Amino acid sequence: MNVETQSQVLAASAAFAAPARPPRSLMTEGGFRFITWGAATLLLASLAGIFLLLIGQSYPALAKFGLGFFAADVWNPVTGKFGAVAPIFGTLVTAAIAMLVGVPLAFGAVFFIAELCPFSLRGPLTVAIELLAAVPSIIYGMWGLFVLAPFLAKHVQPALIDSLGSLPWLGVLFQGPPFGIGMLTAGLILGVMILPYIAAVGRQVIAGVPPMLREAAYGVGATRWEVFRRVLMPYASRGLLGGVMLGLGRALGETMAVTFVIGNAHHISASLFAPGTTISASIANEFTEAVDDIYQSSLLTLGLILFLITFAVLAAARFMLAQAARQVQL
Amino acid sequence: MTPDRPLYLRRRASEFVMVGLAWASTLIGVAVLALILAELLRRGLMALHPSIFYRTTPAPGASGGLLNAIVGSLAMTFIAILGATPVGVLAGTWLAEYGRESKYAQVVRFLNDTLLSAPSIIIGLFVYGIAVRPFGHFSGWAGALALALIALPVIVRTTEDMLSLIPESLREAGVAVGAPRWRMIVSIAYRAAASGVVTGVLLAVARISGETAPLLFTALNNQFLTSGMNTPMASLPVAIFQFAMSPYADWQELAWAGALLVSVTVLALNVGARLLARRSTQ
Repeated sequence: MNVETQSQVLAASAAFAAPARPPRSLMTEGGFRFITWGAATLLLASLAGIFLLLIGQSYPALAKFGLGFFAADVWNPVTGKFGAVAPIFGTLVTAAIAMLVGVPLAFGAVFFIAELCPFSLRGPLTVAIELLAAVPSIIYGMWGLFVLAPFLAKHVQPALIDSLGSLPWLGVLFQGPPFGIGMLTAGLILGVMILPYIAAVGRQVIAGVPPMLREAAYGVGATRWEVFRRVLMPYASRGLLGGVMLGLGRALGETMAVTFVIGNAHHISASLFAPGTTISASIANEFTEAVDDIYQSSLLTLGLILFLITFAVLAAARFMLAQAARQVQL
Repeated sequence: MTPDRPLYLRRRASEFVMVGLAWASTLIGVAVLALILAELLRRGLMALHPSIFYRTTPAPGASGGLLNAIVGSLAMTFIAILGATPVGVLAGTWLAEYGRESKYAQVVRFLNDTLLSAPSIIIGLFVYGIAVRPFGHFSGWAGALALALIALPVIVRTTEDMLSLIPESLREAGVAVGAPRWRMIVSIAYRAAASGVVTGVLLAVARISGETAPLLFTALNNQFLTSGMNTPMASLPVAIFQFAMSPYADWQELAWAGALLVSVTVLALNVGARLLARRSTQ
């Protein structure tokens, strides 16, 4: 039997036998691989697209104002003069307040969850902190505007003005009318918002510390705080720092919560009680009103600055977290 | 050796203070969550009225509901998830099954993580540039695209994580019986990771349900029930923002009702996703 007839017989018998192979599909290995690769590349392309678009659209403003854009404290849509100093200042100040508030709170919560709390509380507390992260930022904003700001204006700010406002150097920070809305309120809200992010990362990296280290420290008579501060924190330092940077990235870029309580004033003031603005709040408040090109381009330049700052911070955070992950595996 | 009494006291004192501070900071965190939820329930339930669900957003001085905002949010979220899920799952598949530790995969993974926590207002600016300006008008499509871009990294991340949890032997078994790799992934890996991927999609829905910033200048807002995705579209978060910042008491009430709806949805999705994840890992 030659090859040709053999294959004919096989083909004929195949018609009677149950199909030995599944029906031919249109998909091939290479095709599937290419599709998944394409999806991954789309991700990369969208990030590159964001960057390129921001650069392209901020060009008119940068061409007109030059580097002076970063040094001018002016924001006047009527005369078409724009400078980024006030929003950048506001972004940095609110983020700094947020870090001052959020980082100690988060570390305290991590200390509590890791070393102090009864085992049965650990699960519910972890969930509570994760829910704190899940609350939409607009809800934080509303709460800040309707609850926190009036409370601060009535009870906290007058007391601060009376007690700290007369200090020789620091006093400037605590002067002016107690509006309730302003840099301080925005910073406090941001501090609460970044708490869960820092705490969630912190809890994970602390949990990754080898139990031997902890036991050895307790074995030589260290107190719980000493175990946390001298053993756990140094071992997990990279991961903790990564978490803090992640929180910083959030604080710098957070939009809605800040927009509610910052007061949107393009104006630099030494007082923490004064209304101000941040990059993200300016964009959120003004972008739809920015009808002429140079106004819109100025706002897009602010967007580019924000993108570059948060990208750098988040990249540093990821780098440190990756290092921490490698350390835990070893 | 004589015991060092002052040192002992100092250590006791710092332990006492620090433990107290840890208690306090945990309490503050939990208290803020409780205060926010309490305020939402108090003001939200007071404002929640059946007409919220069948009347559209009012003009100043008139009364109304949130129907158009609810419909807009549902439509844009649905379309965003419909678009982001396949792309996200496929990209996550590439990272977990093909790219793995290659240089390119590491770059993509890193950029995905960055995109995950990037400010959402930047996404809004981007979508304005590619989907609003060229067409000359705001639209529901643009809003959905912005939301999809925010959901995408969440889905990529969870898909990759869930696929990497699958034991290698399962993959080898699939390939050993002669299945091509793609067939193994579709028939074995996806099935093993299914509930994890669903968790990721739920978390993505939760994430975008509360997003406001990217919608402000993509979908904008609309006072009426829209006739299609090609027109400006209302959404719950934007309506909440508009009404909460207004000086009218009845508008602020509507904002609280909307805030309650959004928060309940987001928190329920989060808890649901968590329960699903726990059941699938057991």
